[in-house]
Amino acid sequence: MLNSSLKQLAGLLAGKQISSVELTQAFLKRIGELNPTLNAFITVDEGKSLAQAQAADALIAAGEAGPLTGIPVAQKDIFCAEGWLSTCGSKMLHNFVSPYDAHVIEQFNRAGAVNLGKTNMDEFAMGSSNETSYYGKVKNPWDVNAVPGGSSGGSAAAVAARLCPAATGTDTGGSIRQPAALTGISGIKPTYGVVSRYGMIAFASSLDQGGPMAKSAEDLALLMNVMAGFDPRDSTSLEREKEDYGRDLEQPLKGLRIGLPKEYFAEGLAADVAQAIEAALAEYRKLGAETVAVSLPNSKLAVPVYYVLAPAEASSNLARFDGVRYGYRAPEYTDLADMYSKSRAQGFGAEVKRRILIGTYVLSAGYYDAYYLKAQKLRRLIARDFTEAFAQCDVIMGPTTPTTAFNLGEKSDDPVSMYLSDIYTIAVNLAGLPGMSVPAGFGKDGRPVGLQIIGNYFSEAKMLNVAHQYQKATDWHLRMPPLHGEE
Amino acid sequence: MQWEIVIGLETHAQLSTLSKIFSGAAIAYGAAPNSQACAVDLALPGVLPVFNRAAAEKAVKFGLAIGAKINRKSIFARKNYFYPDLPKGYQISQYELPIVAGGSLTIQVGEREKTVRITRAHLEEDAGKSLHEDFHGMTGIDLNRAGTPLLEIVTEPDLRSSAEAVAYAKALHSLVRWIGICDGNMQEGSFRCDANVSVRPMGTEKLGTRCEIKNLNSFKFMEKAIEYEVRRQIEIIEDGGSILQETRLYDTDRDETRSMRSKEEANDYRYFPDPDLLPLVLDEAFLEQARATLSELPQAMRERFMRDHGLPAYDAGTLTSSRELAAYFEEAVSALGGEAKMAANWIMGDLSAQLNKDGLDIAASPISAAQLAGLLKRIQDGTISGKIAKEVFVAMWAGEGDADAIIEAKGLKQVSDSGAIEKIVDDIIAANPAQVAEYRSGKEKVFGFFVGQAMKASKGKANPAQLNEILKKKLG
Repeated sequence: MLNSSLKQLAGLLAGKQISSVELTQAFLKRIGELNPTLNAFITVDEGKSLAQAQAADALIAAGEAGPLTGIPVAQKDIFCAEGWLSTCGSKMLHNFVSPYDAHVIEQFNRAGAVNLGKTNMDEFAMGSSNETSYYGKVKNPWDVNAVPGGSSGGSAAAVAARLCPAATGTDTGGSIRQPAALTGISGIKPTYGVVSRYGMIAFASSLDQGGPMAKSAEDLALLMNVMAGFDPRDSTSLEREKEDYGRDLEQPLKGLRIGLPKEYFAEGLAADVAQAIEAALAEYRKLGAETVAVSLPNSKLAVPVYYVLAPAEASSNLARFDGVRYGYRAPEYTDLADMYSKSRAQGFGAEVKRRILIGTYVLSAGYYDAYYLKAQKLRRLIARDFTEAFAQCDVIMGPTTPTTAFNLGEKSDDPVSMYLSDIYTIAVNLAGLPGMSVPAGFGKDGRPVGLQIIGNYFSEAKMLNVAHQYQKATDWHLRMPPLHGEE
Repeated sequence: MQWEIVIGLETHAQLSTLSKIFSGAAIAYGAAPNSQACAVDLALPGVLPVFNRAAAEKAVKFGLAIGAKINRKSIFARKNYFYPDLPKGYQISQYELPIVAGGSLTIQVGEREKTVRITRAHLEEDAGKSLHEDFHGMTGIDLNRAGTPLLEIVTEPDLRSSAEAVAYAKALHSLVRWIGICDGNMQEGSFRCDANVSVRPMGTEKLGTRCEIKNLNSFKFMEKAIEYEVRRQIEIIEDGGSILQETRLYDTDRDETRSMRSKEEANDYRYFPDPDLLPLVLDEAFLEQARATLSELPQAMRERFMRDHGLPAYDAGTLTSSRELAAYFEEAVSALGGEAKMAANWIMGDLSAQLNKDGLDIAASPISAAQLAGLLKRIQDGTISGKIAKEVFVAMWAGEGDADAIIEAKGLKQVSDSGAIEKIVDDIIAANPAQVAEYRSGKEKVFGFFVGQAMKASKGKANPAQLNEILKKKLG
């Protein structure tokens, strides 16, 4: 059951072989056993989850079940869920019980899914290792000495360790794809605007996008059907016709043109990762695809551009956390300015403060043109590179990360080296394109390698098809971590 | 030295939409604190703004009314600063690309007309309120007002006196109410002005260092604050000092401005385009729709009153200061079938005085336009004199009925019977031989004495024209 697909679980539920309550209890039990080691969840609320499971069972009994009814799904703690502690991994929101549901939560509730708990994450989604969380580091189930990636590291570890059948994540610069790669699971960041940001605590508004994380592309398609959709409460949400993201899963790949950006296979890419990716590409050729060389000449600018724009937006988005209306307020202060500075100094962690400072700096009078405006111009050039590349290919592939999971603490004191672990994922956010990561073997250290698939705007169904056909031919996505290693 | 005063005004007009500019919460003044603040207004984690296009329609109407350029694409930007009544830590405003650019407003300063250039008008949200009373050692926050739509209207530094500034503010106040985009209620803060004031030696080009005066919530205070500020600046310069660029607050109790913060202390607002909102794009159909809802503007109506009714500029300007007043005037003239100047005099004179005295708006006048016309008709046809008409007016105001009924009931009908008047005149001539002799010896001033005596004898009812004629004939 732990390795069952969502479709299989739905079949078990429909056939009354198991109830949603039993299924939920089974995963809650596993969380109880393994979470103390992995620290993938911030909040687990058995009562709430089981109440939802009971309601789902009633729907199933009434014959009103949808594809996800009764299925437990873990929610990244960045999504506000009514009645749930919604911390965003920060001390600043350690006491914030949301009075409302995010659009994504509403969609899962409507589908009859069970909220299995809120997963750990880098504080305010700022990080690539899940080490910045106020609630402690998340461990990689493949090796507890390794990071699970970030910022959706809790969700990734939970899916990888089979603490839940599926989870949600958000991706601002690679926060779904990078942890998916480092933990050997599948994850997709949709085209910007496909999943509503309403109720998703903002990091960098023009880059943030929610998406699902699961074992397989087939599961991702079912989750996308629930998560995607127009929401008038998000002005950047796109009004498009509802689509079935699983409609093309079984299409053959014959004639598929895979673009390989030379910049993604250059210096900095670890040999074992390169090898795994080459093997995956060989598999695709066997499936009838062809590979073409493409170029993304401005991709080297993606990391610096991102670290101007994302902090700029974050510095403003995080201004609301001032200790006035909710969240953390310093216990002692002398006046208003002191209350602000103490509450924010004590409530935010180091990485968040670093980004607020960078963002404040690049927006300041006299620096705005040189940093923010310049970065916006370069952002357009980066997006244009992709448009030109897609004239020659249907999808772009490459490694999701330059190396397999690094060790806990390895990059904590070197932010730039940490930032570079997102070198292949960030450009996709800047362009607003959809991107995904699927498991493609292991490095020499036995840690997972992720294959990144980048599609053109709104080509999620195609990408899921491309991933699914690969997963039919391979079994990397079905490998389960042994869950051993030093504590 | 002769000093020239240079003033530019920034006005915040609250747009009279039903809901807030970026949320669905209602807008009503005076509701219980925080009862009109939804999750978006409270800036809960994860919430997002959605623009209310009704605010754009009102801004466009204003732009069209002042002959401005309507930017088909304008951008919302974040103005970042910390304050407890600013829940997001930034205000959504427009910065580089406002919805309205340019345009002008013609104002009347005494008998002189002046055109004031408008730099821009942009959309933004209001902040909440900090309540310092009733909370011992603490501050209360009321976010009902947070997110209320505002149109900030900025002029060029075209105004040259406090009188011009007030004339502009009044004209603008009248216009925004006229076109129905703002209720103009200054007590409730729906219409607030800040003045940028500087002085320079007469005849020079270079602008002096300016100070911005905040908190001008009445025309009277605006005038006093500007006058104080001008005196303060001139005194400093004449004493050899220089003006510090700063924001000053007008203290209404002490009638003075005082420093709030200097330029050095000013915030760096770190404006940048709001990534949560798309650019505001307006198509031709949207503009057409806004245009269609605009009726005749005060400026055009003023010119028409001068042209068609032969009114002086001052009268035309006063009568077009509000839509209701103009409508009242037009209705009265139409019922009267002409005599526009007489109608104007009565409306601007007795009627306005009574309305002011009783604190009433023209819409609440106890005497309707048709009723006033009924009174004026009786002056016009000689039934009563202007003087008696004032008496009738007072009775009408008191609710004693229409003009005709009052004239009838009080027997105020003018005596136009020449026999009766001749009798009165004969009696007076007989009783005042000395004055008659004086008049006949060439002292024409004494004529007034006879008119007075005759009017007294007729209890004011003698037809004045007829009386004059008969007196002249009999005194020979």
